Amino acid sequence: MIDFYLDRGSGVSTYLQLVHQVKQALRLGTLRPGDQLPTAKEVVERLAINPNTVLKAYRELEREGLVIGRPGMGTFVERSIGGAGLADHARLRRSLMSWIGQAREAGLDQDDLHALFGAAVTDSFREESA
Amino acid sequence: MIEASGLKIGGRLRDCSVRVPDGRVVALVGPNGAGKTTFLHVVVGLLTPERGAVRTAGEVAFVAQDKPLYDGFRVAEMLTLGRRLNTRWDDSYARERLAGLGIPLDRKVGRLSGGQQAQVALTIALARRPDLLVLDEPLANLDPLARHEVMRSLMGAVAETGMSVVISSHVVSDLVDTCDWLIVLNEGRVQVSGDIDELLSEHRMMTGPLGLSPNAHVVGGSRTDKEQTVLVRGAPVADPRWRVRAVSLDDLVMAYLRSPEAAALPRLEGVRT
Repeated sequence: MIDFYLDRGSGVSTYLQLVHQVKQALRLGTLRPGDQLPTAKEVVERLAINPNTVLKAYRELEREGLVIGRPGMGTFVERSIGGAGLADHARLRRSLMSWIGQAREAGLDQDDLHALFGAAVTDSFREESA
Repeated sequence: MIEASGLKIGGRLRDCSVRVPDGRVVALVGPNGAGKTTFLHVVVGLLTPERGAVRTAGEVAFVAQDKPLYDGFRVAEMLTLGRRLNTRWDDSYARERLAGLGIPLDRKVGRLSGGQQAQVALTIALARRPDLLVLDEPLANLDPLARHEVMRSLMGAVAETGMSVVISSHVVSDLVDTCDWLIVLNEGRVQVSGDIDELLSEHRMMTGPLGLSPNAHVVGGSRTDKEQTVLVRGAPVADPRWRVRAVSLDDLVMAYLRSPEAAALPRLEGVRT
């Protein structure tokens, strides 16, 4: 089951943090179609947040067609997201790990890596749309 | 639902009107002496206002600030007392809840930690199966871990029952994420009452040069020798000389408390008098 967490200093609203974490789990295959999301009660007893916040996050995910609420049963994953299958993810992750290894050998720290990766992703998509 | 109109008690409450829909978790904030406890006592019926009236729906349970526990009683005896004093009482719920929290029934209340005492007081209130639970400073004197534990179990009870809750506190950060409705009480007056997400989205913090008008409804602000920072309500006109940022609950409460003449009462139209 997905384990939600809160980043209280992030400035991102709590319900959006929950939405992003479900999407991230769908992208990484941690959550798959048919899996059940934790109930509102389970989430609030862990994070000490308002139950309406959880319901708002689930409504947003439902609106996007990612999950479906079944009355009396719970909320279930309807479909995955991400442009590639899980096998592709594993392969790409391996080559990314080797790239990260090279970058660290060259002396880049975590922030440098994020900055470089983020800039390269932005450039790649910008060239495409240009 | 809580509907208060024109409440007045001496100088402690002066013309307080609010209307809160069902199922909300309300943060009642304000400085010490703002009238929070007096307001709560009127809501739960412990005080009769000189003027005005308050209406609540269904069963109301109240936990006073000095937790109504007897140190010499065992936890089980507190439950017996609760059962005898209340017509509506769910004993098995109370026992299961305390067992789930690991609080022994044979322990004397005076030997429990502050957090456990708060949980016993909360359990006794919840065992009455209220439609509205009113908590006066429930987190005062608790360490951060105990505060988190109390809020976690309280939110679980809200998810289970859908009851309305009012929590008073002078520490706003305790109520972020748990409350969805804000009431700011200041000098005996309701200054703000509204849905927290709506309030946060309709206010902005703007910083810009002195002498420049923000072209928006200004709640209040502060200034240095070169710049001013103002909290505005409503969408500001785009002007590159202003740096605009979103507000936190803390920003919002502080700005209103510093400008006692300002008010944000979006729901006041709905109050019937």
